[in-house]
Amino acid sequence: MDNKDAMLVSRPEIHRTTIASSAFGVVEKPLSSFERIYNIAALRKVAILILLAVIWEVGARLLNNELLFPTFIATNVAFFKGIASGELLIKVWASLKTLLVGYSIGIVLAALLTALGIASRIGTDLLETLTSMFNPLPAIALLPIALIWFGLGSGSLIFVLVHSVLWSVALNTHSGFLSVSTTMRMVGKNYGLRGLPYVAKILIPAAFPSILTGLKIGWAFAWRTLIASELVFGVSSGSGGLGWYIYENKNELEIANVFAGLFTVILIGLVVENLIFRVIENRTVRKWGMQN
Amino acid sequence: MDMSANPISSSAPLLDVSGVTLQYKTKEHLVTATYRIDFQVFKSDRYVLLGPSGCGKSTLLKAVGGYLTPTEGEIRLKGNVIKKPGPDRMMVFQEFDQLLPWKTVKENVMFPLLASHKLSGKAAEDKAMQYIEKVKLAKFCDHHPHMLSGGMKQRVAIARGMAMEPDILLMDEPYAALDALTRRKMQDELLQLWDDTHFTVLFVTHSIPEAIKCGSRILLLSPHPGQVKAELASVPRDRIDGQEAKALEAHIHAMLFSDEIEEETHHG
Repeated sequence: MDNKDAMLVSRPEIHRTTIASSAFGVVEKPLSSFERIYNIAALRKVAILILLAVIWEVGARLLNNELLFPTFIATNVAFFKGIASGELLIKVWASLKTLLVGYSIGIVLAALLTALGIASRIGTDLLETLTSMFNPLPAIALLPIALIWFGLGSGSLIFVLVHSVLWSVALNTHSGFLSVSTTMRMVGKNYGLRGLPYVAKILIPAAFPSILTGLKIGWAFAWRTLIASELVFGVSSGSGGLGWYIYENKNELEIANVFAGLFTVILIGLVVENLIFRVIENRTVRKWGMQN
Repeated sequence: MDMSANPISSSAPLLDVSGVTLQYKTKEHLVTATYRIDFQVFKSDRYVLLGPSGCGKSTLLKAVGGYLTPTEGEIRLKGNVIKKPGPDRMMVFQEFDQLLPWKTVKENVMFPLLASHKLSGKAAEDKAMQYIEKVKLAKFCDHHPHMLSGGMKQRVAIARGMAMEPDILLMDEPYAALDALTRRKMQDELLQLWDDTHFTVLFVTHSIPEAIKCGSRILLLSPHPGQVKAELASVPRDRIDGQEAKALEAHIHAMLFSDEIEEETHHG
């Protein structure tokens, strides 16, 4: 037999002894304190916020027009005055109350709709048709009809809120269920799980990343819709919410208060996103390694 | 079929597959995966379904699992016809995502015990820990699956299957996604576990050496659609590295691939 490998360069084999790991300089070394601080996401974000505040302050001072653009400090003064007098807090509470009611009803309806969606094929079709019809429809566009149906009060606000929450939560939950892997479904069936226990113990946790995204999007939509509708028709049931506070102060040319109102809207958004949703995320999908 | 070669088998078979034809639908075709398959698994068998890809061995295992209903024939476990999936036939899948990511290793092993109301509370935990120790993962019992390597995940899946102490453990190419070194280790471990508890296992693989090493009986299937070609006894465990095993491997190889060569010469 002729040697087909004859063309290769012939060379001796190599054998070496490895050194024990204790003999190296570095096997594992702690990161420097700057690197460790830089690794904390919250601190990085705070740094960004401080930078933005500084830009705001400098920009407003350069512009030097209280009516167009109050400074960061003036806005903060107005904000803390509003808090101290209790007026802002009352408005925030009024808005949040309506929001929570609308959000909860929206989630319950979304759960029912998705339940129909996984129970039967016609339910899936219903869910898909309804979401593709209503998801793109801006909630605020329904406000005129809501006003005719429910009058000038929290009823119509809740109606538009439910609309803004329902479709995004239902859509995300449903697509989450669809993306649960066949293996995981088979595992659930293998344990003898069927019906509601199967949904609760397998499908919902497996689809939780999508469900959480739906809840977050729903929250953002609801919050936006609420402020916008309050701006449009203002007072509901006497007190009025944050949107109304902004509108009212604009009419009185209290621009610092308008900014304080906007500031509050942003602040609540940040708190909900970074405290509530982040904590839920850390305790669930991140801990489970389903999201990085 | 000759069953006298199996010394452990006593009376009735544990699993009786008779005349099973399996068909499934894709978008465009009705595919016959297996055609009139017969075989019997006895208690404590390490029974291997072996064949080239496309011989319907995984489909057959899924039918035993209860996920598919045969179009012809029937599958009986302890005399009862299999109709739906159930915890008396625990499955170990090839995929690493068979562990529930939201549960720790211990919770994953406990979950089927609790879900099927077999055990509860402390008893379930003890049983789970007993099998987690058997697969040498006690140190990792509070870890979530994403922190484990592929081999460790498969070991959890095996512990989970065995903790249920099912009538039969179904394994669908459990080591196919592992690297060669880990796979060898896992095969040895499986045999050790078997020495401990003498569980019955139905094992699907497309690796001939794996079938000879892990199996006590080997069912050879032909491809497209799967039909039984032979049922062989494997080489005794103490002679697994000898000439006998090599000869069996060559024999199986020849049986599985003889058609293909014939086909090729036919076409050529």
